[in-house]
Amino acid sequence: MTGGGVKVWVLHLTLIAALFAAQFLLSPYHATNLARIMVLAVFAMGYNLAFGYTGLLSLGHALLLAAGMYAAGLPAQLWGWTAGPAFIAGIAGGGLVAAALGLLALRTAGVSFMIVTLMFAQAGFLTLLYFAPITGGDDGFAVAAASRTLMGFDLSTDTPRFLAALTIFAIGLCASLALVRSPFGRTMVAMRENEERSRMLGMNPFTVKLAALTISGLYAGAAGAAYAILFGYVGASFATIQYSILPMLYVLLGGAGTTLGPFLGALLMFALIEAATGITTAHQFIVGAALVVLVLFAPKGILGTIRERWARWLS
Amino acid sequence: MAVLIETRGLTRHFGGLRAVDGVDFALQPGEIHGLIGPNGAGKTTFVSLLSGRLPAQSGTILLGGEDITRLPAHARVRKGIAYTFQITSIFPRLTVFDNVALAVQSQGSAELAARTRAALARVGLQGLEEQEAQTLSYGHQRLLELAMGLALNPKLLILDEPTQGLAASEIEGFKTLVRSLVPQTTVLLIEHNMEVVMDLATRITVLTFGRVLATGTPAEVRANPAVQEAYLGA
Repeated sequence: MTGGGVKVWVLHLTLIAALFAAQFLLSPYHATNLARIMVLAVFAMGYNLAFGYTGLLSLGHALLLAAGMYAAGLPAQLWGWTAGPAFIAGIAGGGLVAAALGLLALRTAGVSFMIVTLMFAQAGFLTLLYFAPITGGDDGFAVAAASRTLMGFDLSTDTPRFLAALTIFAIGLCASLALVRSPFGRTMVAMRENEERSRMLGMNPFTVKLAALTISGLYAGAAGAAYAILFGYVGASFATIQYSILPMLYVLLGGAGTTLGPFLGALLMFALIEAATGITTAHQFIVGAALVVLVLFAPKGILGTIRERWARWLS
Repeated sequence: MAVLIETRGLTRHFGGLRAVDGVDFALQPGEIHGLIGPNGAGKTTFVSLLSGRLPAQSGTILLGGEDITRLPAHARVRKGIAYTFQITSIFPRLTVFDNVALAVQSQGSAELAARTRAALARVGLQGLEEQEAQTLSYGHQRLLELAMGLALNPKLLILDEPTQGLAASEIEGFKTLVRSLVPQTTVLLIEHNMEVVMDLATRITVLTFGRVLATGTPAEVRANPAVQEAYLGA
């Protein structure tokens, strides 16, 4: 994690610049997809901080995504909040729910942690259905146009939407790079690698993991809120198990414990599903097969393998 | 001289096994104290109770007069009790630098790199900073473990079988290093290698069946008939 500082930052800033340029090269359809990928990548970056760096294998991150989505969407729906305050509420919602989840679930570890987080996420999903008159349940609700404006820009139109998604992505990416290169990032990795040793170096594993999970929740909340505001839809389907599995797949594909892995994984998985949908209705099968191949031949993911073999300076 | 750490009636049983059974023990600041005893005498259990890796069943532990019996392990580390593992416990996939930096940064992150390099130089691992820890030789891994303990800047450093698996030449260097730590740091040394203990320790405590059999200078312990019968077998 030491050394290679300048190279790493240049690489990350180059990616952000390339994404900025992409909007001029892509069709509106593909640019919108890329905006969606960037938002999902923010979600996956948060997942990666918990799973890839801290070793917390959660199956409940859909709860955190939905928390951000509803914390942004409901005030917009009920009280007509504009995009800025709604987005901040979404980030806070994700962080708060993650902290509450952590206080309870981090009393467990390993497989128990997976099960407990899964159960809480299911409880959250069922709660959204139960309060369907407010949450819209399975059908969800559309976010009103008035709540999708930020400083006069209409975020439901292509260019502002793309730029808003890119801004959130860029901030999330730089923040996660800075975090994993900081002393606290090293502490997170220590939890993943050898919790008992970390304890005997004076770290409190519970508080470190709680902080990591909460940061992860802030990312998930930001992604959920961004999704609601940029794509105008809020629904309980985002609280289903599928959205807990997706960020894990993105991270595993791109490379767990690499800062660029979540984006690469989200991009490739999105493309894979697009391509598979064109060939067969059984596109989930192709995704599944791709994952089996991945786990068998590149268990560290794409960037994890590249880092190991060729570019040890990668973060 | 005030006592650094003291236990009173410290007890830990595992089912019917009395691993540590009412141990009264005191460490003077600045000494190198050897803890010896046959296999299964309760040495590792005893230091695990001191460091907080295991909770005590009964009895008390006082650090500088303060009762720390119920403190969790990480809080005891912050109070100055460092433990180095019998079975080397490093972060195998992190670099040597990161391994030690983790210990250094728990003392504050100012001049992290310089302090980390200094801790590595102290055990003679300078120049290996960027190596992945698992690629080090066993002897170097033991030294890395020791560097992590030292980097915590402890009042009490507990070394659990530190020379196990070291070559004779490495043991000499190790002894010099441990001597250089006192009197700033107090050392509690569990060791099977009698030559090392007799040479390094200012006082020795002998445990058998979870109880203190004898305490004294190396000469006294060596001359103690009960110790000879129970342990030295000579």
